[in-house]
Amino acid sequence: MPDLGLLRTTTFRVALLYLGLFLASVLVILGLIYWFTAGFIERQTDETIAAEIAGLREHYRQRRLPGLIEVVNARSATPRTNTLYLVASPTYAPLAGNLSAWPDAAPDSDGWVEFEIKDAAPTPDGRRHDARAVMFTLSGGYHLLVGRDTRERGQFQERVLISLAWALLLTVGLGAAGGVLISRNVMHRIDAINRTTRQIMSGALQERMAVKGSGDELDQLAGNLNAMLDQIEQLMVGMRQVSDSIAHDLRTPLTRLRSRLEITLVECAGEDEYRGAIQEAIGEADRLLGIFSALLSIAEAEAGTLQRSFHKVALADIARQIADLYEPAAEEAGLSLDSDIRAEPVVLGNQQLLAQAVANLLDNALKYSPAGGRVTVVVDGPDGSRGAFISVSDGGPGIPADQRESVLRRFVRLESSRSSPGNGLGLSLVDAVARLHGARLEMDDNRPGLIVAIAFPRIDAG
Amino acid sequence: MKILVIEDDAQAAAYMVKGLRESGHVVDHAADGKDGLFMAGSETYDVLIVDRLLPGRDGLSLVEILRGAGTDTPVLFLSALGSVDDRVRGLRAGGDDYLTKPYAFSELLARVEALGRRKSAGAAATTRLQVGDLEMDLLARRVRRGTRQIDLLPREFRLLEYLMRHAGNVVTRTMLLESVWDYHFDPQTNVIDVHVARLRQKIDRDFPTPMIHTVRGAGYTLRA
Repeated sequence: MPDLGLLRTTTFRVALLYLGLFLASVLVILGLIYWFTAGFIERQTDETIAAEIAGLREHYRQRRLPGLIEVVNARSATPRTNTLYLVASPTYAPLAGNLSAWPDAAPDSDGWVEFEIKDAAPTPDGRRHDARAVMFTLSGGYHLLVGRDTRERGQFQERVLISLAWALLLTVGLGAAGGVLISRNVMHRIDAINRTTRQIMSGALQERMAVKGSGDELDQLAGNLNAMLDQIEQLMVGMRQVSDSIAHDLRTPLTRLRSRLEITLVECAGEDEYRGAIQEAIGEADRLLGIFSALLSIAEAEAGTLQRSFHKVALADIARQIADLYEPAAEEAGLSLDSDIRAEPVVLGNQQLLAQAVANLLDNALKYSPAGGRVTVVVDGPDGSRGAFISVSDGGPGIPADQRESVLRRFVRLESSRSSPGNGLGLSLVDAVARLHGARLEMDDNRPGLIVAIAFPRIDAG
Repeated sequence: MKILVIEDDAQAAAYMVKGLRESGHVVDHAADGKDGLFMAGSETYDVLIVDRLLPGRDGLSLVEILRGAGTDTPVLFLSALGSVDDRVRGLRAGGDDYLTKPYAFSELLARVEALGRRKSAGAAATTRLQVGDLEMDLLARRVRRGTRQIDLLPREFRLLEYLMRHAGNVVTRTMLLESVWDYHFDPQTNVIDVHVARLRQKIDRDFPTPMIHTVRGAGYTLRA
């Protein structure tokens, strides 16, 4: 992605906002630092001057002008002093002190004045010699000036300001760099996710998002995307299996049907033979139509739209009716069919589909139970630990635990059942109906045989 | 019977019309909903066979309009939509029966004849049914053939009642499952056949002439 894109990213905007806030706080902090350093020095200058004045005032009171001049001369002689003194005549002619002339500046209302010292030696860097002072007019028109050379103070203040400016510059620089780095890092990871998504869209279905393992939001996003992709892949594998199965389980009988009709047309002569062939063909076509309608029922149940038409359904009624429907067939097959109604649970559902699901289970039970066996339909619950359920158990060969998942897939039939009639869709429909009702299809060992239950979720109230 | 077929697929309609005529019915054909509505409104028919999906006007609204206009001719819906929901919607719109495509012609014929018969039987409440020497008392829930009393289980009673109400007509396995158990799916095994065999044991055993006959590839019929 071009660098211009960086400015458009959310992370960069957030980084910029943080930088702005950070800068504001730094400015406040730096202002405080300036107040406590340079401001302190300034206040100290004023206090020093005030102390000098207090001393001089004492001398003046005791010994008048000559005393003052003497003290000023003595103090002015102190080498390398930063304090400025000047006593001047009423005409501003200097009488004593270390200034050569009365400064040409007007004091403010408090008597403070700032001026340039003309007679001092120029500083090495060629800067002005500034001073700050207080002026008094003494009795008799004489003038007194006490002040301090502020060159050093100014230098110090300047240095502090420069330091602060540097600190500010560094803060902005580092903050901006950090913001760019952080947003670049986040953007890099989002970019990686986008890149992988595009790869997957262009057909690399096995690709997955990189997960760093840090558990942050981006990691969670990548994890969720991966889980979603896994689910989609599973569905696609299921779809492929179904279309493969349709190709096999529908095209094979169609091919058989077609070649049988073709051979009949070529070889047979008599009307009876034609009749027989046509009847066989009708039987084959009916089986194929049966497969189609079973597939459509499964698709309809899986689509979930039937939930709109759910009514209250008494499971025990379904068990009784379907058992009543299958009882003679069971007897014919030498089996005893019992219904064991232990409770009268009512669930929300589709009566027809639930009945068909139970009928499919009974079909299987009758098909696989050896003669003399026993098939039982049980309705029970809901009670404390579990919801309502309806189960069918038989004494047949059962389904090995590791194959119970696979028999729910469309067209899957166990090797052992290949010889008996059926299309491998019965349990798929039961499973689809169960899931439509939010119920689970549970398979268990009946020792011997299979017990299949449609277990409804537990409802706490009502 | 006089039957109107409203079906847009020309080939399917031709087969249906041919089959129904060969079974001794008078058949008219309308190829779309507009013509169908006009014909159904202007002539008197015993049964209407209506395709659910029609050009011009769909079958559901056609029947709704007919019912709204006071026509109570029995209607058999034909539809490639076979779901539980569609069946319910068809019956709610005023249909009397619902058959999913593809269907066996024998199934269609049996249902059409059952519908026509229902109308001629009228709304008169019957308490007794009689076919030959077979008598059914609907109030006392007793059955006798000739002089002999026959004991039936409740489901066998309902089965026989349906067969007697449609005596002389073919009754299919799915029609029996619908009317006796009120379920609308195809039973995969021979469950219905076993029930009829049981009933046949009780009705026809020990009598010289059997009354319940198997119609190959279609279903059963009860006749004297």
